[in-house]
Amino acid sequence: MTTSAAHEQFLKDERELAVSFYRDMLFYRRFEERVQVAYTQGKFSGFCHLHIGQEAVCVGVQAVLRATDYVISGYRSHTQAIAKGIPPLEVMAEMFGKASGCCRGKGGSMHMFSFARRFFGGHGIVGGQAPLAAGIAFKINYQQEDDIVVCYLGDAAMNQGQVMEAMNLAMIWNLPLLFVIENNRYGMGTDIKRTTSIEQLCDRAAGFGMPSAQMDGMDVISTYLQTQAIAAQVREQKKPFLLEALTYRYRGHSVSDPGNYRTKEELEQYHQQDPITKLGAKLVSSGIMSEQEQRDVAAKIKQQLQAIEQQADAAEVLPLDALYEDIYSTELGS
Amino acid sequence: MITIREALRQAMTEEMRRAPEVFLLGEEVAEYDGAYKVSKGMLAEFGAQRVIDAPISEVGFAGLGIGAAMAGLRPIIEMMTWNFGIQAFDQILNSAAKVRYMSGGQFSFPLVLRGPNGIAHMLGATHSQYVEPFLTHVPGLIVIAIATPYDAKGLLKAAIRNDDAVIFLESEIMYGVKGEVPEEEYLIPIGKGDVKRSGQDVTIVAWGKMLPLTLQAVEHLPDIEVEVIDPLTLQPLDEELIFASVRKTHRLVVVEEAPGFAAVGAQIAARVQEVCFDDLDAPVTRVSAEFVPIPYAEHLEAAALPSVEKIVQAVREVSA
Repeated sequence: MTTSAAHEQFLKDERELAVSFYRDMLFYRRFEERVQVAYTQGKFSGFCHLHIGQEAVCVGVQAVLRATDYVISGYRSHTQAIAKGIPPLEVMAEMFGKASGCCRGKGGSMHMFSFARRFFGGHGIVGGQAPLAAGIAFKINYQQEDDIVVCYLGDAAMNQGQVMEAMNLAMIWNLPLLFVIENNRYGMGTDIKRTTSIEQLCDRAAGFGMPSAQMDGMDVISTYLQTQAIAAQVREQKKPFLLEALTYRYRGHSVSDPGNYRTKEELEQYHQQDPITKLGAKLVSSGIMSEQEQRDVAAKIKQQLQAIEQQADAAEVLPLDALYEDIYSTELGS
Repeated sequence: MITIREALRQAMTEEMRRAPEVFLLGEEVAEYDGAYKVSKGMLAEFGAQRVIDAPISEVGFAGLGIGAAMAGLRPIIEMMTWNFGIQAFDQILNSAAKVRYMSGGQFSFPLVLRGPNGIAHMLGATHSQYVEPFLTHVPGLIVIAIATPYDAKGLLKAAIRNDDAVIFLESEIMYGVKGEVPEEEYLIPIGKGDVKRSGQDVTIVAWGKMLPLTLQAVEHLPDIEVEVIDPLTLQPLDEELIFASVRKTHRLVVVEEAPGFAAVGAQIAARVQEVCFDDLDAPVTRVSAEFVPIPYAEHLEAAALPSVEKIVQAVREVSA
């Protein structure tokens, strides 16, 4: 089946799922926009990396997963955390440093975690999540379970040594681990072409004998359909896979980055492929959702986010005693 | 009488029989029976699913162990030596030590990272390192150093059962050291030191390979009653045991294998003068390695390290 035929078939068979993709992507876009405003208003500080533009990857990939599957990521992970089931209020409260945040305000924007939801971070060191992902997948095999692990990596993580070590381990021990590269073309402000010796990042997999593929990370139906097939293969064969999503971030590396290293033309070219606009138009043309219904969804999200931000803002911070909590599991020694 | 090597093996074997989530992973631990034969025979008993040879990828397999611990297993990760374990510092410092805190207490890290630490003999600077000054500095880690078969077995079993990341420091030239170990099962509490020799005149704190060296030095001091304390756990440190001894002897010498700058002995000295200032009859004195990369040539290496003579001299000085 050609790609367009497959998309048409998807829109026929999965109308509700398609609508939920639209709603989720729009929610994540507006969530991150609100985070940016809150940051610039001084409601929180530190580093803050937004996912704006990359929503189709998160939504398409994670829609494939079971609740018991694991997701682990880097520091651009607000929306991935929400997609794994952490309530958006807890994610925003975490950024605001509040006790009701998903990590009690001890992690912040870069370090979202939920043991219960199997979202294993939120890791601040580029590529540091890859060996951990291998360890989670090792546990799945050790206990003969049939979950899988999705490990998100940025394009720049593909030049980190420990990511290469983790890929080798994943192959020699047949780990059910799906590496998803979110290739947004820039490692902070540096064009990936200036830092990487190969054109296609997924070609790194060949060095490990690992299967790999590229996908259009600006199209949610593509990411969903392609990930669905590959995740099933990872689960069934207990073998890792390297999936490279070609995507783009519309904002800077972090909130404080104006992104001057990119041309207006390039940015405009990617805005033409905006995953939300594109799906919205498809839903209208296929009669699944009217423009008015989309405006209603947007209005509802706006209300939801207003409430979330107000609650996060009003929430309590931890008492100072908590400074010494959560370091060790048990009290030891004298 | 068994060796430290056998004591460590007994500890791992007993804990692996007890809990299926415990496994051993490291370079040469399985088919080669361990670079220092600590895991000899374990592959035969537990099979390749639980005694696992790793490629030379220290940050990779340490990180894998840490991730497996996050997900609920209880790994024992063997570093062939801690010189190579330095490759894994990113995962140890940023994941094992910090994720519990950063996640608000959601994750536990029930793993042990163990292997030989410190200087062996004529291996040159890259193979003659000590990690306790670096790793005791990191909140979230437990650091243990052992010097007898009894302590090795009881503490390794406790470390495997503990729910936090334990750095377990051994010595390749001490694996053959023999000692008594009880027939019946026992655990040694983490965070508690041990008085290895009682005395009234001077306290010496020493751990790892410095413990037998110190006990040897004490033989040269028949006129001075030396109390020797092995803290066993360096993080969290059993300060009360050291303070109580200093309040009795009024004199303290710390012996350590690392260069003294910002090392564990510096911390002990600082704490003792903070807490026991009025009890001290002499300045706290430290015997430590020279501040040099440990040299290869035998005479230079010996000159760089603590020795019986240096310990004797330090004790004489604080007793004068």
